[in-house]
Amino acid sequence: MTRSRPFSTRIPVVLGIPALFGIAFLVIPLLGLLVRAPWGSLITHLHEPGVWEALRLSLLCATLATLVSVAFGVPLAWALARSEIPGRALIRALVTVPLVLPPVVGGVALLLVLGRRGLVGQWLDQWFGISLPFSTTAVVLAESFVAMPFLVLSVEGALRGADRRYDEAAATLGASSWLTFRRVTLPLVAPGVAAGAVLAWARALGEFGATITFAGNFPGTTQTMPLAVYVALETSPDAAIVLSLLLLAVSVGVLVALRHRWVPTA
Amino acid sequence: MSERSEGTAQHSERSERTVQQGERTIQKGGRSLSLDAALRVERPGFVLDIQLTARPGEVVALIGPNGAGKSTALRALAGLEPLSAGVVHLDGETLDDPAARVRLRPEQRPVGVVFQDYLLFPHLSALENVAFGPRAHGVAKRQARTLAQEWLRRVGLGDLASAKPGQLSGGQAQRVALARALAVEPRLLLLDEPLAALDAATRVDVRADLRRHLSAYDGSCVLVTHDPLDAMVLADRIVVLEAGQITQEGRPAEVARAPRTTYVARLVGLNLYRGYADGPVVRLAGSGEVTVAQPSTGEVFVAFQPSAVALHPERPAGSPRNCWPVTVSTVERHGDLMRVRLAGVPPVLADVTAGAVADLGLTPGTQLWAAVKAAETRVYPA
Repeated sequence: MTRSRPFSTRIPVVLGIPALFGIAFLVIPLLGLLVRAPWGSLITHLHEPGVWEALRLSLLCATLATLVSVAFGVPLAWALARSEIPGRALIRALVTVPLVLPPVVGGVALLLVLGRRGLVGQWLDQWFGISLPFSTTAVVLAESFVAMPFLVLSVEGALRGADRRYDEAAATLGASSWLTFRRVTLPLVAPGVAAGAVLAWARALGEFGATITFAGNFPGTTQTMPLAVYVALETSPDAAIVLSLLLLAVSVGVLVALRHRWVPTA
Repeated sequence: MSERSEGTAQHSERSERTVQQGERTIQKGGRSLSLDAALRVERPGFVLDIQLTARPGEVVALIGPNGAGKSTALRALAGLEPLSAGVVHLDGETLDDPAARVRLRPEQRPVGVVFQDYLLFPHLSALENVAFGPRAHGVAKRQARTLAQEWLRRVGLGDLASAKPGQLSGGQAQRVALARALAVEPRLLLLDEPLAALDAATRVDVRADLRRHLSAYDGSCVLVTHDPLDAMVLADRIVVLEAGQITQEGRPAEVARAPRTTYVARLVGLNLYRGYADGPVVRLAGSGEVTVAQPSTGEVFVAFQPSAVALHPERPAGSPRNCWPVTVSTVERHGDLMRVRLAGVPPVLADVTAGAVADLGLTPGTQLWAAVKAAETRVYPA
């Protein structure tokens, strides 16, 4: 008995009490959501117009944003971890800026560059007749902007942790660096890529500030769940709670399904 | 006239030189099917500077203490470590020549490497690991798999093709690594401590197997090891590397019989001293002297087996010409015998039976007399 519960596992009071407060602080608001939910009218609220549209849009845009992040973020992470490009430290610092930047500011920045009068946007508009703001594409771009750094940092960490001697072994077998990346490096860091993708997806799903600034709030094209929740809160708080519950259920469901991928099971 | 004849002489000299060069080229042609390398790698606090050659079919063992630069030399040959200076020729082709700005990347070199801990790709099966090289060289998928299956059969693992590296024993993983390196048909095979990761029992079998595969291999082979037994069994020639320099080179039997450094002597279990011979007496460089059977003069090495050393509790009366007081420092098991390390002038290793250890009460600090007959010593010029 004493052997299975060694003395060192006792939590000191000084740590235990703040830890309890920490748990309470994180969990009680979610419980509040459950307690205050209008369970009786749940079905009615779920069938209100726009609910499933918003959910579909959220899932679609978050998934597309994740794909964009993987497509561009994995090569970027590789370059940061493995190559000898000059100014690597600076690039890494720049990559992490969207992590700490308020999303609204990110949205404004996107608007200034890709808006119809923006630095790049005006040429897209003139030459190709493409206007990005206030479209579903804009939602994906806004979400990618805030989500990609999570993926880059996660994959870069995995690449740094991976044994580079496997790459050397592949090279001595005649593999080019691209083949080595595809057949050796990438499979070895796959758990890191998966973890990064889950983080990016979760971040994209919850994105609000950059989306509403750059893509606006149009039901059916740019109104994702967080936006729908915000709008509903003004008119029908019960609907907002139901939407929140739905978002909570979906994100928790996905994270639990992928949990073993990115949280090492103790 | 005299000028002319001088000119003729010069001319003939030159043509002679041309002939010599021609011969050297031919020699190089003969040598051209082989490894011919001068490696210099400079790092803060360490310089590797060695000449290394290996004929086709020849197995050269690089042996030396930790940090001597063995693995660095191997990595330089594989192209994984840039040369500061030097040149690597293989079969007449230049793989590396920093002065001429030639440096083939590792994937461009016809070189196979068996790494110390094998580095089998953990996510690929044994078959896929072996097929990786041929695939990278553009062999079609099905053909590469057939080839890999054949290599696995050759190393005796035909039925483990689908096993992942994590499911293989150390000896099996070593064989897969060897098959993987050989499957690209390299002209130079490099093995970095190929047996170091194995336990003693497996080692004997795998060593014998490796020897069989190496003798079947017709390219040049360089093997890095710190185990003298591996070197003796596997290599045709031993190159001893200490602190980035070659300190001795020769056939295994030569090196074992006549070590030229303390490291090699300890490796092969000989007592070795350097000294100045004046007739039958050699005054040792450290201090002390040894009487030997073969008189000579000048700088010499004196060597004798630890089993030639007799230990006595008192100064022995009688014949031994060499007799000096010593103190036991350590006693270790060495095969069936006990190896006793003794401090004295000179210090010496002695092999005695376990019975003798008990009889003499050998524990660290015991005071004894060591005796060596002159006839047991060997002298060779330094």
